Amino acid sequence: MTLSGTAPGGTASGGSASGGTAFDPATASGYTDHPERMGFFTDTSICIGCKACEVACKEWNAVPEDGLDFTGMSYDNTKSLSADTWRHVAFIEQPRPLGHQEPGLGMDFRWLMASDVCKHCTHAACLDVCPTGSLFRTEYGTVVVQDDVCNGCGYCVPACPYGVIGKRESTGVAAKCTLCYDRLGVGQEPACAKSCPTDSIQFGELTELRERAARRLEQARAAGLDSARLYGHDPDDGVGGTGAFFLLLDEPEVYGLPPDPVVTTRDLPSMWRRAGAAAVVLLAGIAVATWGSRT
Amino acid sequence: MRLRSWPLLRQLTGPDRSGRGTAVRSARTDGLSARTADADRVVKSVCPYCAVGCAQNVYVKDERVVHVEGDPDSPISRGRLCPKGAATLQLTTGPSRLHKVLYRPPHAADWQELDLATAMEMIADRVIDTRRATWEWENDGRRTARTMGIASLGGATLDNEENYLIKKLLTALGVVQIENQARVCHSSTVVGLGTSFGRGGATTFLQDLQHSDCIVIQGSNFAEAHPVGFQWVMEAKARGAVVIHVDPRFTRTSALADLHVPIRAGSDVAFLGGIVNHVLENELYFREFVVNYTNAATLISEDYRDTEDLGGLFSGFDPAKRHYSDDTWQYAGTSVVAAAGDRDGDPSQRVSGRSETRGAMAQSMEGTPQRDETLTDPRCVLQILRRHYARYTPELVERTCGVPPDLFAEVCRHLTENSGPERTAEFVYAVGWTQHSDGSQFIRTACILQLLLGNMGRPGGGIQALRGHASIQGSSDIPTLFNLLPGYIPMPHANQHRTLDGFLGTDAPHKGYWADMPAYLISLLKAWWGAEADAGNDYRFDWLPRLTGSHSTYDTVLAQLDGTCKGYFLLGENPAVGSANAKMQRLGMANLEWLVVRDFNLIESATWWKDGPEIETGELRTEDIGTEVFFLPAAAHTEKSGSFTNTNRMLQWHHAAVEPAGEARSELWFMYHLGRIIRERLAGSTDPMDAPLLGLTWDYPLEGAHDEPVAEAVLAEINGWDEHGEPLPGYAALRADGSTSCGCWIYCGVYKDGVNQAARRKPAEEQNWIAAEWAWAWPDNRRLMYNRASARPDGRPWSERKKLVWWDPAQGRWTGYDVPDFEATKAPGYRPAEGATGADALSGIDPFIMQADGKGWLFAPAGVIDGPLPTHYEPQDSPVRNPLHPHQQRSPARLLYPHEHNRANPSGDEPGAELYPYVVTTYRLTEHFTAGGMSRTVPYLAELQPEMFCEVSPELAAERGLRHGDWATVITARNAIEARVLVTRRIAPLHLDGKVVEQIGLPFHWGPNGMSPGDAANELSSITLDPNSHIQEVKAFSADIRPGRRPRGPALPALVRDRQRRAGVTDDTGMEA
Repeated sequence: MTLSGTAPGGTASGGSASGGTAFDPATASGYTDHPERMGFFTDTSICIGCKACEVACKEWNAVPEDGLDFTGMSYDNTKSLSADTWRHVAFIEQPRPLGHQEPGLGMDFRWLMASDVCKHCTHAACLDVCPTGSLFRTEYGTVVVQDDVCNGCGYCVPACPYGVIGKRESTGVAAKCTLCYDRLGVGQEPACAKSCPTDSIQFGELTELRERAARRLEQARAAGLDSARLYGHDPDDGVGGTGAFFLLLDEPEVYGLPPDPVVTTRDLPSMWRRAGAAAVVLLAGIAVATWGSRT
Repeated sequence: MRLRSWPLLRQLTGPDRSGRGTAVRSARTDGLSARTADADRVVKSVCPYCAVGCAQNVYVKDERVVHVEGDPDSPISRGRLCPKGAATLQLTTGPSRLHKVLYRPPHAADWQELDLATAMEMIADRVIDTRRATWEWENDGRRTARTMGIASLGGATLDNEENYLIKKLLTALGVVQIENQARVCHSSTVVGLGTSFGRGGATTFLQDLQHSDCIVIQGSNFAEAHPVGFQWVMEAKARGAVVIHVDPRFTRTSALADLHVPIRAGSDVAFLGGIVNHVLENELYFREFVVNYTNAATLISEDYRDTEDLGGLFSGFDPAKRHYSDDTWQYAGTSVVAAAGDRDGDPSQRVSGRSETRGAMAQSMEGTPQRDETLTDPRCVLQILRRHYARYTPELVERTCGVPPDLFAEVCRHLTENSGPERTAEFVYAVGWTQHSDGSQFIRTACILQLLLGNMGRPGGGIQALRGHASIQGSSDIPTLFNLLPGYIPMPHANQHRTLDGFLGTDAPHKGYWADMPAYLISLLKAWWGAEADAGNDYRFDWLPRLTGSHSTYDTVLAQLDGTCKGYFLLGENPAVGSANAKMQRLGMANLEWLVVRDFNLIESATWWKDGPEIETGELRTEDIGTEVFFLPAAAHTEKSGSFTNTNRMLQWHHAAVEPAGEARSELWFMYHLGRIIRERLAGSTDPMDAPLLGLTWDYPLEGAHDEPVAEAVLAEINGWDEHGEPLPGYAALRADGSTSCGCWIYCGVYKDGVNQAARRKPAEEQNWIAAEWAWAWPDNRRLMYNRASARPDGRPWSERKKLVWWDPAQGRWTGYDVPDFEATKAPGYRPAEGATGADALSGIDPFIMQADGKGWLFAPAGVIDGPLPTHYEPQDSPVRNPLHPHQQRSPARLLYPHEHNRANPSGDEPGAELYPYVVTTYRLTEHFTAGGMSRTVPYLAELQPEMFCEVSPELAAERGLRHGDWATVITARNAIEARVLVTRRIAPLHLDGKVVEQIGLPFHWGPNGMSPGDAANELSSITLDPNSHIQEVKAFSADIRPGRRPRGPALPALVRDRQRRAGVTDDTGMEA
């Protein structure tokens, strides 16, 4: 059903967002007179790795505890985002300097922390591939699973370029961050942003967050954080920009993020067109052959 | 209708042709709401974990708590919570909560169920019987009127009102062994800050960090242990402040700091002393502040001899008794009295924690100190200080702390550049400073430095003590502590304090606010014994049981082992994991007749008889253990009303949201009804030992289905009332004639006008940054103490940038942003007349109003019993020989508890020290809470840090063959534990004196119970205490580490003994003065 419309992947690759008015996913999903697009700006340069976001998320959304495994990956025992982890704080110990910081360890060193989350892509492949309409776009431009609709087919799981969404063992349906859709509806911010002690996770209107992030990037660079960069803020990237974007202090790969994410359904329209063309050619060939053989 | 709502039809006919939005929304999605919006009510509360005091909103639906999150109105937390606070719903409503009483008869193999009413009757029986059997009218010919057969531990997680009832009931029963977590966490804070400034609480408040220009975090892992408070460090940083973290490990705090300085655990006095020396040598101190507001100019007795003269000892040391006489430390021409009534005291009695009485009131002083305001007299404090710290050079700092001179110079530069009239620097510490055998002196060193730099009483300055339990400040203020009465009034001693007059020392003239102690104490006695207390019977002063020495929690453990102490209440504390030498804690409990554990779930201190480590090793057998154990489920903070006092002396009220389920009850309920039952049993008794109990005011109104005492009625008693029953407005209204009643004088005013001031919640946005109308802080709602010092001697602010409180000559009073911590109308030019007493004896330039001389104490002529100035000594167990005093390795006055299970490791260059070659330091993680009872049982927290681990450097890992992620065994002379190995660059090998010192990091949260079990770090630590405060040394000791898991069964104690034998450890090791 969902594949029958205009594939937004095509829109992204077509670059319609660049230079002109930004693509508005809520409008494209049938919302008129909808609120501003909402999102997260996660400024990892002020993250203290406390994991309040992980717990606040689980408490609000009743996400189950998912394993008591010691990983040895610095202080990260959560490992990754999954059906049962909607916020994940990565810890990276590196023999590299952090701006003007003096680590005092007799060598370059920095300890990076970053809270990852569903990106709520402008062009969301999970949404594109969902055959049941369980995944849907909200009026805030976010992407949410309706678990009363999901049939557990799991198509969305490999479709996500970030490895965010998963299938929950206990219920058999897909699960991921909802950007606290229920809280947004009553004028409250998402649980993770609400709890974040240092305001590393900021919630707000995406346009405003992007401006704020640009200023913060400038500030961070001026303070000597040369490696600071934004990730997911660009409407021209492979997913049309993300609703949850980040200020990172190193390459995305370091944090387990894809360097150049592309909506996995990007090529579907051209593939369908080519398949269609091939089918026409094939049918024509068959017709010619059949007709020719009669002659 | 249904057809039209068919998604495909909606997709084809509506605007959402792609079928990814409006067309596919389900009915449930359309009807979605938030349970925060659907709740029947929102109840205002406070987080029950650490002492930052984050405000919470508790959402209740159908009489069930459905959600808990931060309250954005709070000026402290601004709606934010750390992972623990965010897990409050699971903590309070999750599957780990028990709601049924459990009972273990003596020698039984398992629990059985018991109904609550029966359990209460049985516990009342045990208390009555044990009290009768162990009652002691006299000890050594001195009247004691007490029982040493019963002890209690816990209170820092409880409400002030609960602590009040615990202290009141147990004291009336004659119990003196009343203790709580404050003993093991911050008792040395009270000594260090109290002696230096006059009050033992943090001098400032968290929000004020934003005004600091330089924040030195040392002895604290701020970002990890107090994440929500750390937002104010980030605010300061955003405004351009320099953030320095001095710590053995590069932690989550260091990750956000500008400068991290690795330091050898236990060497902070040398480090801070080095800065003191730098400041003095380079004349970088704030001269006008120092001359006027500190005792720098005061002359000290000619008989005083320094550690620099006597090879590491101050004058007055008695090596046989291992303690000092402070006679030679006095101000020339005066005598400063250590505490009320101690003037004629036997110095050995000072061992019992008298120094903590400085938590709220300082010394009495006779005579007028001589001063030399040119600061040149060789006997003036500044010159003594100069000589004392002259050898604390950058080279000595490097040799002692392992801090390279360039890093050390950076710290000195930042600190001094950011101090002065225009700028302020702030120190932040926690138990990294307190938990040493000379912990009080760690804090004292910072006090000296902040006084020299002029950073006290000023915005962005001060010393922030970060406390780690929701009301651990409260359980010090309303002390469930053996040596104190509410408001830091000392508990009376058997030999000295026979009469009220003698105790109050009313025969001597007093200077400072100490002079009003009679009003405070008599009002307390009136609160406890009401009409029974009058002038004719000394207000029942003899109904208070008497001390005969130290009765701290560690002394209680020994009393349990020797059979003196037979009954034990554990009220929200888990000593089998959280106290030093966990094995001795359990062996003590195994020797009890009865034990009552009140907690959320079966913590290790409730189950050691069944499955504790000694059962596994065979050192104990369940069937041999005669201890009768009662487990009573406790109510959570959401299920009771009461106040928590946060780390900045602020009382915040939390309202009950729901009734506790099952047999869970509050401590208020437990103590009240236990007292009620015992009083009913003993009604009509003419035995004089029962008189204090039967005479007790014990008639609180009850409410609710469980007959819960009304907490606000207890708060009203704490606040006090006048003879007409009217609530008192503040402690100035207290009288010594029996006309006023007050349960805790420093809390007087919290129920002013009959209004619960602690429940005030005027949103932060509607107030200035002081937020004086959010809750209530002692003293007198002042938020930044000693703020008179924020103005020049003449009363004008030091600078526009740092103004806070100033003298308004037009109005003739002090004014400003905060409540002035000074007599409102005492002019800067006021000078006391000859012979003035009390507050009148303090001049208009004496900002430290609780001190007898009104000055901040660089040099402590009394009050710190192990020396008037901090000196570097090595920890009890240390691989390093003391570089400063090679012939005085350890603090000579430290308290030792020789016992076969409490042996010391050889230290320095003693033979055998090489078998315990590494420094261990213990600490908290963000994801867990203290001994784990509120986190290892909470799934959302346990999964974040699921296993006990140790942190080691790659060099140490290579040296010992430790593999990342594998297991290691850590060994001391006490015990051995296992932990998963985290090899990390965050722990740097230190280079000192040509030697490499490796450190091992051990979180202390784990124990054998819960969903995330592990060995407890406290199996390794020893009972070695600071003599001032009886705090244990767990922040620095030595150990060995080897790859692999520890042995099981009897092989474990065999390993420990074998290591002792090889190292030549005996009962005498490390026991010299």
